[in-house]
Amino acid sequence: MSEKKETVGRTLLVALAVCLVCSVFVAGAAVSLKSLQQENALLDKQRSILRIAGMLDENANGAEVRRVFQQAITPRLVDLETGRFSDAQNPRSFDPLKAAQDPALSKILPPAEDIASIHRLERYSVAYLVEQDGEVKTLVLPIRGYGLWSTLYGFIALKSDLKTVSGFGFYQQAETPGLGGEVDNPRWLAQWPGKEVYDDSGRVDVVMIKGGVNPSSPQAVHQVDAIAGATLTSRGVEHLLHFWLGPDGFGPFLQNLKKGDA
Amino acid sequence: MAKPTARDVLFSPVFENNPIGVQILGICSALAVTSNLRTALVMSVALTLVTAFSNLSISAIRNQIPSSIRMIVQMVIIASLVIVVDQVLKAFAYSVSKQLSVFVGLIITNCIVMGRAEAFAMQNPPRLSFLDGIGNGLGYSAMLITLGVVRELLGAGKLMGNTILPTVNEGGWYIPNGLLLLPPSAFFLIGLAIWGLRTWKVNQREAPTFRITAHVRAESY
Repeated sequence: MSEKKETVGRTLLVALAVCLVCSVFVAGAAVSLKSLQQENALLDKQRSILRIAGMLDENANGAEVRRVFQQAITPRLVDLETGRFSDAQNPRSFDPLKAAQDPALSKILPPAEDIASIHRLERYSVAYLVEQDGEVKTLVLPIRGYGLWSTLYGFIALKSDLKTVSGFGFYQQAETPGLGGEVDNPRWLAQWPGKEVYDDSGRVDVVMIKGGVNPSSPQAVHQVDAIAGATLTSRGVEHLLHFWLGPDGFGPFLQNLKKGDA
Repeated sequence: MAKPTARDVLFSPVFENNPIGVQILGICSALAVTSNLRTALVMSVALTLVTAFSNLSISAIRNQIPSSIRMIVQMVIIASLVIVVDQVLKAFAYSVSKQLSVFVGLIITNCIVMGRAEAFAMQNPPRLSFLDGIGNGLGYSAMLITLGVVRELLGAGKLMGNTILPTVNEGGWYIPNGLLLLPPSAFFLIGLAIWGLRTWKVNQREAPTFRITAHVRAESY
């Protein structure tokens, strides 16, 4: 080993050269792959919206997802405060999750109202409409809330009466695999379509129950069999539905929409 | 020690000197990503590539690296490679990268990569170092794939997401063992694998560091 290698000047030079080469390498990869990555994230979201709206099977390819989404789905911005459609932002590029982190576009929820444990609520959100002959056939709303370990992110699709579920599911969660993770189990999700999330007086009414739903009970339409071994995840799902369908979430918007006044 | 040959460095880490089984390195990710086979496979490929290319580039400049900053230089190179792998996964395998989440980034701290850079690449020429990286990646992969197969098959009745044993929840007959989907089960499985390896390759056994003395009877006090 030569002496020359260990001088201060040479050490600095090698450090500088290594950093320079590595940073060019990393920056090059990040910049050249960015558009592909953004496209993937968008595609992933569109795929879950279509899946939950029941318009696409699981294995459709990217081009198909884009085409069906483009044709069938109309994103509209919803002002959660007034409960009406708004044009303040472009609904195609607006990201409610990002807005929830932005103090100008969101507010802190007082703990008493924050039943879904989301901490901050955005002012605007995006509803996805499936229209047929000028009428809303299906309405897909983004929902999220805390389960046991993680925030569950998903969508709920409502039929034209705005209280009957046509589809429900999550696109991101990190609950215990095999227990809370069963929120993604197609057999569990299959019991959701046909359930009604509001009672006759317009209050949110959907409960998770133990031991299976008795189909002859008059309440059966508001009841869902909870996930075995996942009490806290089930409770989280119940809470997040109560929050997002209630007065702080999309409740006022759904009432206005029903009156034809959104 | 005799000069290592290409064959040695490529295949000895798989059974003779397995990084997980013998050197007990890289346990953290082996617990975290093996609950299904797909993530285990992607993680294996990612780690193999990172180890191979970090060994290659560190070996290529090994005579230029001043020894006072050699660890940091190795770290910078490894970190850059890992970031690039993460970016590539996000661009081309989005759903898998979502499942692997933070664990691709944590390849940086995987002892196997750093260990091979410091122990092998700093003393050996680039071609051999590259092969050594591939070899150790294969050793890690062999263990991960074994764990992934056992955990997914017995824990969820599936392989690569395809149903093999139809579970009771889905109307079949197989009652899955939920423990296998949780990280601690990988500890048991790795333990069993090490036991198996050391029964087969007796020279991997270590001398016990202490011996339990014979039972002492009460009268002798």
